[in-house]
Amino acid sequence: MRPAEGHNTVHRVLGDKKAILILLGPALLVYTLIKLVPVAWSFGLSFFDGNPLGGFTFIGFDNFVRFFNDPQAIHALGFTVLYAVVITIGQILLGYALALLYVFVLKNASNFVRTVVFFPAVIPTVAVGLLFRSMFAVGQNEGPVNAALDAIGLGSVDWFASGAGTFIVAILMELWRSMGFFAVLLYAGLLDIPEETLESARLDGATGLKLVRHIVIPLSLPVLLSSVIFSINNSLKVFDTILALNGGGPGTETTPLTLYMFNTVFSYSDYGYGSTIALVLTILCLLVTVFIFRSARRDITRN
Amino acid sequence: MAIQTAPVAMATASARAPRRPSARRGIVGTIKWVLIGLLVLVEVYPLFWLLMGSFKTQDEFFSKPTWALPESFDLTNYVQALTTGDLATNLRNSLLVTVPSLFLMILLGVAAAYALEVMVWKGRNGILLAFVAGIMIPGQMILVPLFTVYFKSGLTNTLWPLIITYTVMGLPLTVFMMTAFFRAIPREVFEAATLDGSSMLGSFFRIGVPLMRNAIITIALVEFFSVWNDLLIALTFTTKSSLATVQVGLLNFSGEYGSTEYGPLFAAISINILGMLVLYLFLNKQIMTGLAAGSLKG
Repeated sequence: MRPAEGHNTVHRVLGDKKAILILLGPALLVYTLIKLVPVAWSFGLSFFDGNPLGGFTFIGFDNFVRFFNDPQAIHALGFTVLYAVVITIGQILLGYALALLYVFVLKNASNFVRTVVFFPAVIPTVAVGLLFRSMFAVGQNEGPVNAALDAIGLGSVDWFASGAGTFIVAILMELWRSMGFFAVLLYAGLLDIPEETLESARLDGATGLKLVRHIVIPLSLPVLLSSVIFSINNSLKVFDTILALNGGGPGTETTPLTLYMFNTVFSYSDYGYGSTIALVLTILCLLVTVFIFRSARRDITRN
Repeated sequence: MAIQTAPVAMATASARAPRRPSARRGIVGTIKWVLIGLLVLVEVYPLFWLLMGSFKTQDEFFSKPTWALPESFDLTNYVQALTTGDLATNLRNSLLVTVPSLFLMILLGVAAAYALEVMVWKGRNGILLAFVAGIMIPGQMILVPLFTVYFKSGLTNTLWPLIITYTVMGLPLTVFMMTAFFRAIPREVFEAATLDGSSMLGSFFRIGVPLMRNAIITIALVEFFSVWNDLLIALTFTTKSSLATVQVGLLNFSGEYGSTEYGPLFAAISINILGMLVLYLFLNKQIMTGLAAGSLKG
């Protein structure tokens, strides 16, 4: 037992107001000024029309009405959601397959493969975008992808002339860049499964795919859930790679919400409407996260 | 170069595996290694192709097949990328922005996490929540107000908007991860120090920071990548090309030379990737665990 007097001292010192102010004050101050205030300000701007030069007028919910009647905005929203869904499925499936490969096939020898496959995740995204632009290039300076297609007689494809082509390259690029990262993420989760659990399941006759389906997947659900949330939140915010790959084009065919917002504000000086697009994106991220959490919890309790 | 080391890794791996007599196992094993070789090839070939391209002349790009090796390994393209391509200026700007941002972010974030996790007071959970909520909010949500303020105050002619914004954008994850690390330290450590007469500020510098050394390195790595690789903030808050960071410079590089000068462009991308490769060769363990931890908690 601690003497009462000492206990009181500990409490007084642990709650020392001056120390709290010195340690937390600066961080809280800049965070409030540079993050919380701008978020509230941007939220407010989404009910206004205009820009700093021409002045702002309050227009209520008109920006939101405009958003849902704006074909470009709807297209950007659709592109963002489609991109996020395809990328999330791809990242989780490929990442999980690689993680299983590391743990159950390569075992202790997986270190080298793991390290190599992870590396693209640390390359600047702009560099990745430009690299894939050149890889899939067509014409005078043909990239290796089209050269290979030519060589096997399929003929080269002008990937960046169509929205669909650009989309395919964008997906391949992001999966190439991030699959090693998701593999390591899920690999860490697989390592947490106790060896004894796997061993006793094996003694019960569960091997190969059976073992994966009935033991490994259920036990790695928590880390899978975190990965899905991380993956979808990041892909909803995609910006750099798409911009570097084809500038959101051809035209605006592969423009996500982030880039549409950027162009609305900085090319067309439409600050109010741009803020509305940013708000829609933020709400989308929050909704998706809450939705995944909710449905995952329901699944777990049902089982 | 990574391809060359692959057989070595394979050899050691198969030597370690228990010997299997059946022929079927042998075929399965071969298929396994072919698949793994393919995987490594898919990840490495684009980088290899890029590096080879960075030594080619404009003429080689047009007249030779794309998989041909360069005729010589001279560094003309690299010199051109750094000088006429302005990459040297961009690298300097990126360093000038990244180093102070990381320093400030970690100093403020670790101190805040200490006050929020180790110290005991009313309302700390609410403030922690306010910080953590920031992780989810996309950068677009603060762009317009900050641009307005930075522009009106004339700061867009300096690198300050980038340093300030990166510092604050990194705070949520730093605070969140640091509170988790502080939580892992038994409370008794700090209580005992207090009983010995140490003030909380004293304990922070004498106990908190030294105990957190590895955690701080982890966070510094995670945040380094997010600051160094950022495009959105750098693109928005720099108005002059002399202030462009590496990512902005790289993006405009393709615009400046367009479809004409591939060599310098490939060299510029290569420099970016080689820099990361050097860092990765030394720190790949820390980077892999750090980035994984940062995303799972975030």
